[in-house]
Amino acid sequence: MGKYHLKLYITGQTPRSENAIRNLREICTENLDEKYEIEIIDILEHPQLAEDERILATPTLIKSLPPPLRRLIGDLSETEKVLFGLDIRPCKM
Amino acid sequence: MVIDQLPSINDVKKLTTGIEGFDLISLGGLPIGRTTLVSGTAGSGKSVLAAQFLAEGIRQWNQSGVLVTFEEHPEDIRLNMASLGWDIPTWEAEGKWVFVDASPVYDEDSVVAGSYDLSALLVRIQHAIHKIQASRVAIDSLGAIFSQFQEVRIIRLELLRIATAMKSLKVTTVMTSEREQEYGHIARFGVEEFVADNVVILRNSLDEQIRHRTIEILKFRGTYHHKGEYPFTVVPGEGIVVVPLIAIKLNQQSSELRVTSGNSMLDTMCGGGIFRDSIILVSGATGTGKTLMVTEFIAGGYSQGERCLLLAFEESREQLYRNAKGWGIDYEKMEQSGALKIISTYPENATLEDHLATIKRQIENFKPNRLALDSISALERITTSKGFREFVIGIASFVKAHQVASLFTSTTPDLIGGKSVTDAHISTLTDSIVLLRYVEAQEQIRRAITVLKMRGSMHEKLIREFTIDGQGLHIGEPFGVDTHVLSGNQKI
Repeated sequence: MGKYHLKLYITGQTPRSENAIRNLREICTENLDEKYEIEIIDILEHPQLAEDERILATPTLIKSLPPPLRRLIGDLSETEKVLFGLDIRPCKM
Repeated sequence: MVIDQLPSINDVKKLTTGIEGFDLISLGGLPIGRTTLVSGTAGSGKSVLAAQFLAEGIRQWNQSGVLVTFEEHPEDIRLNMASLGWDIPTWEAEGKWVFVDASPVYDEDSVVAGSYDLSALLVRIQHAIHKIQASRVAIDSLGAIFSQFQEVRIIRLELLRIATAMKSLKVTTVMTSEREQEYGHIARFGVEEFVADNVVILRNSLDEQIRHRTIEILKFRGTYHHKGEYPFTVVPGEGIVVVPLIAIKLNQQSSELRVTSGNSMLDTMCGGGIFRDSIILVSGATGTGKTLMVTEFIAGGYSQGERCLLLAFEESREQLYRNAKGWGIDYEKMEQSGALKIISTYPENATLEDHLATIKRQIENFKPNRLALDSISALERITTSKGFREFVIGIASFVKAHQVASLFTSTTPDLIGGKSVTDAHISTLTDSIVLLRYVEAQEQIRRAITVLKMRGSMHEKLIREFTIDGQGLHIGEPFGVDTHVLSGNQKI
């Protein structure tokens, strides 16, 4: 199985943004071994990227690889939904 | 409403929208730097109004605009608005128009996994505004965002943040929202109106089986506007045109200059011709000679070197040519010379609002010195009595403002006598009324003419007999005593 390409869009360094980053890192570490790349994009600095990806809500996580393309909204605190959304079968039950 | 007498609360400045008629009913446009909610049912014209607010800004004042679309894709909007004559792709290329595409992304599954807000939307709007230095923003339409995101609380908070941010950026914003009924809650979700300082309602109601579009300014916080519903129409190549009725000033400067009616005897009866900026109503039953009077009116103008516009709602161009020829007048030659333009159309081909808009365009483009409309009563059958009255006010004020000598004909339903709903509707708006009537006299049907009213001038009060032959209309001697033309009896 190929690498996971994950882009996390946040709006500024808010507590919610930080939660999302932390939650994402935890989920990846626990479930994806080393096979992932995370890119964090602050749309305050790159508003055009938000425009290109048509982001409305933040945080938004976009999984571009492996297919299919998936979009997750929220601070990723609901781990089961995140795993479901990313098509990951959890390692630890 | 007299604006001068209002106490001054001029702190709220307004931005001229450029939407015809709207700036009149809003007493100057939309409050600058504020958000105006435009609410209406499906198909009421919200999206057109939102886009037109931007388009007019670009077209008339070179003010850039941002369109935030929650529902339609930019590609669809470009296409739809092209039919209204707005070249959005060119404006985009020139940096005058930017889309913020917030339409739903259907080709991806999205999952909500935790708390979120919609601050990205605001960032994108701000980014777009900065990019082109926009002074106008349109958001169309809020309903779609409520179906994309379920949490009304988040959306309300976000809308408030957007409205506040727009204020601090000093941009003027139009937000559209759906409503379910023409008369009822302002907007579907009940939160939209709290976000906006101003509320405008668009309606598209069925009135006596005829579609009737109206616009109403419900509230302008801290400033004045005209109240009530005003009819509007959507004109191809132009967009929304509001018919402002009471906002129209009817006391246009009146001209002392007289022109010929086309019939020298009628000129004499009118005290020396008709005023250049006046409207004459010629009322008569079928066959009394109204169309002939129109023909002479046109020929009279033509002979003086005037430009003449003839709007025919009852007869085809060929019929008109033939009729005129019968009286020795060559419409065809006159049209070829460019001094006459005949527009023949059936009343049912369009709504009355559309007819009004078309007539205005024709007057603006052709710039006639005189206008004949035959007959105004034919237009009455395609609308309600209220709609008809609004039409008459609309056209009367327009031709007066443009100083077009106008003759309207009206067919009375009764052969004898002269009761007519139409006349009652429009008689107060016309300057002069000429009655053509059949009278029974000496076991014959004869024709009578009288000038009932001539605003601002002396006129003859006699009832004269007239005849029609191949040379035209010949006004003769007064009937004797005891003529009762209005009631149709002639006691001899």
